[in-house]
Amino acid sequence: MKRDKRKAGDGALEERIGDGTRADAASAERHEEALLSIRDVRKSYRMAGEEVQILNGVNLHIPRGDFVAIIGPSGSGKSTLMNMIGCLDTPTSGSYRLDGIEVKGLSDNRLAEVRNRKIGFIFQSFHLLPRLSAFENVELPLVYRGLAAKERKAAAETALAKVGLQDRMHHRPNQLSGGQMQRVAIARALAGEPPILLADEPTGALDTKTGADVLGLMEQLNSQGHTIVLITHDLDVAARAKRTVFMKDGLLSEERGGRT
Amino acid sequence: MKLSQGIRMAWKSILANKLRTVLSMLGILIGVATVIALVAMGQGSANEVSSQLKGLGTNMLSVNITGRGSDTTLSLPQAETLGDGVGGIEGLSPTVSGSVTARYGSKQTESAVTVEGVTPDYEDVQSFHPQSGRFIAPIDLTAYNKVAVLGVDTSEELFGAGVSPVGETILLNGVKYKVVGLLEPKGTSLTGSNDEKIIIPITTAQRMFQSAGVRTVSLKVATVDQMSAVTAQLETKLTEIFRGNTNAYRVTNQEDLKETVTSVSKTMSTMMAGVACISLVVGGIGIMNIMLVSVTERTREIGIRKSLGAKRRDVLFQFLVEAVTISSLGGLLGIACAYGACLIMTAYFATATQIELQVVLYAFLFSAAVGVLFGLFPANKAASLRPVDALRHD
Repeated sequence: MKRDKRKAGDGALEERIGDGTRADAASAERHEEALLSIRDVRKSYRMAGEEVQILNGVNLHIPRGDFVAIIGPSGSGKSTLMNMIGCLDTPTSGSYRLDGIEVKGLSDNRLAEVRNRKIGFIFQSFHLLPRLSAFENVELPLVYRGLAAKERKAAAETALAKVGLQDRMHHRPNQLSGGQMQRVAIARALAGEPPILLADEPTGALDTKTGADVLGLMEQLNSQGHTIVLITHDLDVAARAKRTVFMKDGLLSEERGGRT
Repeated sequence: MKLSQGIRMAWKSILANKLRTVLSMLGILIGVATVIALVAMGQGSANEVSSQLKGLGTNMLSVNITGRGSDTTLSLPQAETLGDGVGGIEGLSPTVSGSVTARYGSKQTESAVTVEGVTPDYEDVQSFHPQSGRFIAPIDLTAYNKVAVLGVDTSEELFGAGVSPVGETILLNGVKYKVVGLLEPKGTSLTGSNDEKIIIPITTAQRMFQSAGVRTVSLKVATVDQMSAVTAQLETKLTEIFRGNTNAYRVTNQEDLKETVTSVSKTMSTMMAGVACISLVVGGIGIMNIMLVSVTERTREIGIRKSLGAKRRDVLFQFLVEAVTISSLGGLLGIACAYGACLIMTAYFATATQIELQVVLYAFLFSAAVGVLFGLFPANKAASLRPVDALRHD
């Protein structure tokens, strides 16, 4: 696969991964048009020999440009749902289509490829690599995409500029404040220009003011056209999103802002 | 992911744990250094042996008469005609030898000195040349002259350093001999000092030792290739002379001797190097251990990398490169240590060493291979971590 043009690479991936499932004509129209579409997804784990059902048939459709908050108490299955959306895990049954790709049944390697191209992760505890500079952290997804150094540099610099950290590029994470670290993490999520940003409690480790700043940045990114999925247990944080869905006992229900 | 990137990443994590990395590469370092130094010592001593033998002449044959009694001795005329009809013989020199006490005035040699009774041909065959005076001449043989040519050490013992003995008279077992020549210094070879000897005419020596026969005949063969052919022909002739008694003589070949000594020392050094290889394996286990610790410590890093799109092979590659970097770095330092050790051994312990580039190359490749072999298991462990579990790890 040719890798030097990111857009071209994307297309090729879609073709390769999407082919087998695109023929799935039975899909609902909505299912087709949505950027992210989860239908009747179930997930169960074996724990101490017992089957534990975490997700009991979740349905969720997110169109391009949306800003969705998923809230729910701990143990509701929202982490599992997040792992599912982030392609860190695959559903036991049901269908999950992300940007035209059926995720269920993909091999580990293809999942890694989907994560690399389609998803930008923003974690609660930032998850920056401590030994790398801000710049090196941001370019990491592009390293795994196989881009040349010049392209990586341009993309990483653009992403860092977007979060206002162009003058902190060569600082290590331990030389940055919490808010700055989360901005670096957001820049890393943006660097690969994925269609979806997936934020897991992005303000959880920040004080109220920096948390508000980070949320402001996310709103701004959403207004620039980035689709954002935000997972939180904080109603105030969720209120900043365009739409909120509530998770309880492995099921989703729409709270506010539209359709399920 | 490219190799250069992998090496940069590996280098970063090595720098982050300097002490630990150095300790874990110690095993490989010692192993490589030992292998190279031991092989170098073996090669060095083999070289020394072969150069000593070269001093004696690699194209030399010697016939030793081991039998006793009148049936099994070689008379002087027989010895001198031994080479007749045998092709490829350049020179032949029969020798009668024994040991005597030598005395000059009130000075006496501390121990007995070897006396060799020789013919004039000895000079060319054994390449002993006088630095002053003359060598034994044919007339000395026919006239039973009591003349002697001295080795430098013997001369020094009797006359003192730098004093020419030529023209002086010495006593060998109480009989007066006139010193007519002083040999060039030849140093020490496998058979002992070449400078501690007295050379007299063979006929005079036969009288002195009261032996009619010749016990040793040295032969110079034109080329090394002809050695075995000459040896075979000589054996045929000798069997004839001794009427089939093959125990009465022995033909020794310098080339055979050299091969034996060389192969013994090579076998020794190979065996020792084999033992040293075990320490390379032990070093590999050390690296595997440290890599396993590193994988556990960096589980979360692996999770983060995987969430960003690192594939199985990317993670595998990263840890494998790290293991190989550690082990080959150990190998390189080991090579440096081996060179240092060889320099010290040669300079201070007079041990001959020769480092062969080939051995260095093999040792380095072996150390890198140890990294691959023992890095594979930890790297595979890292690569097969599930991203969900790895991210949750703390």
